[in-house]
Parts: sequence; C-alpha cells; structure tokens
Amino acid sequence: MVRVEFLGPIQRETMELDIANLNELATILKDDQEMQEWLENSAVAVNDTLVNNRDFALTSGDRVSLLPPVCGG
Amino acid sequence: MLELYDGSLSVASILKDWYEEEASSNYGAFISFVGTVRSEDGIDGLSFDIYEPILNKWFDEWQKKAKAKGAIIKMAHSRGDVMLHESSYIAAVFSPKRRVALEFIDEYVEDFKASAPIWKYDLRDNKRIYAKERSTAIKGSGLLSDSKDKEEQR
Repeated sequence: MVRVEFLGPIQRETMELDIANLNELATILKDDQEMQEWLENSAVAVNDTLVNNRDFALTSGDRVSLLPPVCGG
Repeated sequence: MLELYDGSLSVASILKDWYEEEASSNYGAFISFVGTVRSEDGIDGLSFDIYEPILNKWFDEWQKKAKAKGAIIKMAHSRGDVMLHESSYIAAVFSPKRRVALEFIDEYVEDFKASAPIWKYDLRDNKRIYAKERSTAIKGSGLLSDSKDKEEQR
C-alpha cells in the first residue's frame, strides 16, 4: 500500500492506496471536487523528495505527500 | 544549523548564541535577517505548520551552497502561534568577506519564501485562517491536476 498525506492547510485524512504510479493517484483524486484547487497548486513529494513526473513508479511502503502553496517567515 | 521552536523566537538570545558560536571561526561578516509579525489587517498574530523532513533537506542543500563559498548559514523558525511584534524567523549568513554574505542572505531568504515547506495562517477572532493569497506554489506544482495532464498530451 502507498500512503498519501495531505500537508499544511489541506484538511484531508491520510489515504492508503494500492497504486503503481502518480497517474493512478491523479485519477483517484480527480473526481473529488474539494481537491481540485489543491491539485492545481500543490507540489508532490515521494518519500520526502519532490517529483516532477506523473509516471513516477510507486511501490508498497512509499509515502506520497501533497504540499500546497507555502509562506514561511 | 536549523532550529525550530514552539511559539515565538527569543531573538536576542538566539543571535547572541550564533555570534558566540562563530566568534573565533575567522568569519569577517555576519549578516542576519529577523522576521517580525506586524500589526496588519486586524490580525492578532500568525501561526505556522512545518513539514520537517523536506525543510531539513532544503536547508542542507543551502548549507552545501554556502560551504562552497566558504560561508555557513543558520536559521531559526517558529512552529504554532506567534503574536504581534514577536518574531518567527531568523536567517543568518557568516562568510569570510562581506560580499558573499550580502548576496547570499538575499538569495537564501527569497528561496526560503518560495520553497520551504512552511504554511502560514492568520490568527483572527480565535480562528486560524490559511494565508492563501500570500502563499507561493512550490516549483512544479499542479503535477496531479487535469490541466497538467492536458498540457502533457499537447
């Protein structure tokens, strides 16, 4: 299972999904109306490294994090 | 060195510690930036969430860049609530000569604002409201959105 975490202001419980890549995650989340804006403005990390490719392969035990817009300081 | 604190920062004590730590390290320049919460738009203060694993990686990358120039960086940031006129952020650069520190503090603080995984909320009437308009999407954002998918298919 792949663990999907929503960071910062995204009010969403962690999900445990059986997915092989980020395309599959995008498909699962695309019907969720409340998530649409977050999908547009969030970056994605796998095991705490930012990724830029939806074909990025996932294996069981991986952690995916969604990072919405930031403002430190 | 990256230090995270619950609540506001003790600015004088943190800067004193950093100064003393490097007092005999032969750095000719020490430049610090202190971020303080201002009274603005009727807020009572600010509040912060931090995702530490990625913040640590981000900081380590900047520390490597600093070391390549013979400099070092330090940073302190608050978690949770920080009220008006208190400070939530300190960044500092120590370098052999002034130019490196002056340029580096600018690049490092700007990238911090754009990339460090920290989320800011306004405190108002006992509510914590995400400061969405003042936030910046991290480079590469939108990977999972439909519009991104269409872009790739073009």
